[in-house]
Amino acid sequence: MKTGTVYTETVVHAAPEQFLADAPYQLAIVSLDGGGRLTVRVSGARVQIGDAVELAEERDGIAFFRKKP
Amino acid sequence: MKAVAVVGIGKTAFGAFPEWDLRSLAVEAGQKCLADAHVNYSKIEAFYLGNFAGPSFVGQNHLAPYIASGLGITGVPCTRFEAACASSGSAFFHAVSSVAAGMYDLVLVGGVEKMTSQSTPKVTEILAGAGDVSGEVKAGATFPALFAMIARRHMFQYGTTREQLAAVAVKNHGNGAKNPLAHMRKTITMEQALAGKPIAEPLTVYDCSLISDGAAAVMIAPLERAAEFTDRPVKILGIAQTSDYVALDAKEDVTTFRAVRAAGEKAYKMAGVTARDIQFAELHDCFTIAEIIAMEDLGFVPKGEGGPYALAGKTCLNGERPVNASGGLKSKGHPVGATGVGQICDIVMQIRGDAGELQLARHSLGLAENLGGSGATAVVTVLGAA
Repeated sequence: MKTGTVYTETVVHAAPEQFLADAPYQLAIVSLDGGGRLTVRVSGARVQIGDAVELAEERDGIAFFRKKP
Repeated sequence: MKAVAVVGIGKTAFGAFPEWDLRSLAVEAGQKCLADAHVNYSKIEAFYLGNFAGPSFVGQNHLAPYIASGLGITGVPCTRFEAACASSGSAFFHAVSSVAAGMYDLVLVGGVEKMTSQSTPKVTEILAGAGDVSGEVKAGATFPALFAMIARRHMFQYGTTREQLAAVAVKNHGNGAKNPLAHMRKTITMEQALAGKPIAEPLTVYDCSLISDGAAAVMIAPLERAAEFTDRPVKILGIAQTSDYVALDAKEDVTTFRAVRAAGEKAYKMAGVTARDIQFAELHDCFTIAEIIAMEDLGFVPKGEGGPYALAGKTCLNGERPVNASGGLKSKGHPVGATGVGQICDIVMQIRGDAGELQLARHSLGLAENLGGSGATAVVTVLGAA
């Protein structure tokens, strides 16, 4: 399972046309434990820089990460 | 390499102009520039155009000859440059390079964007095309979101505060209110800036530049011929364009723009100056955090001290190093493809002493920084009185 740490994040209020229905949504850049970084959506509780996260699901080619319990 | 000078400038106002289409804006700026340089269109040897997304915003391609012919210019190379928000900075860099190399003498450089005919969500989507659409954009990143993530990390690493970001917005709105060509000529208070509608946390609407229509143009020539066109030439002392990864998540440290650092160092070296010598600057404040980071990357302040420097008023009109006396992208407006050349016009106006209410006390050595995307293209130009 993909895991990592939140490098930075934001909550998007003004969404582009194709994601209008999702707003507000949280976006994060995650430093993956295996190396490299990935821009992901956050599902569930909001995360902060430094939080440990894991892959929750992939939907429409978008990775959704959530806070590790 | 020949020394190159700016011998003419022309700008439209920036704003929302339903009655002006893309070509009429660009032609207006070009005609003003030709008039300023006292040059007939038939003397122009090449036309360089900066435009980010005319095809997406208004459905028009083949823009350089389309606009040049509107000015009467045909039979010469006319080329469009696209480098996101640094499109016309890039056009300018390549035009200067060609004149310096001796290819041409009289070259017109334009920049234009027509944005306000689209809805804000559609504009947001088009602008996102300056990012990595197979990665960050697919996940839902907008440009405000990318710069919000940059701001969050800058706050985390350096203790930058919301007040420091807001100070940039308050200053730039104050300056823009005095600029007759600015899009949003109104002052804002710190309280307003802090209470703005959230766009991408921690950025509010007051941290974001405007969606604008507008055009700008400059004419360049070898310095040795400048006196034929103007008695107030402005010399291009140093110029550099550099690049970096397009995706924000590919950058090792998002609190710095490596491309800006590199372009700044090259431009300073070419000009034979240091950051300390720069008296005033037009910096690419697409978002408030970008102005703070640019000051750090260009060596105006040590890393992490951009925020306190802005909050202390050091970058105000009467501060030790005025930044964005024009009002910046924040208040003057950000017609993406016009921004880079527009910055050059603003620096030239200051050096000539033509900046009216915004005229700075020290105005003989200025710098313009034009940033593309989240830092994948940077153009830095150092200009001085000839």
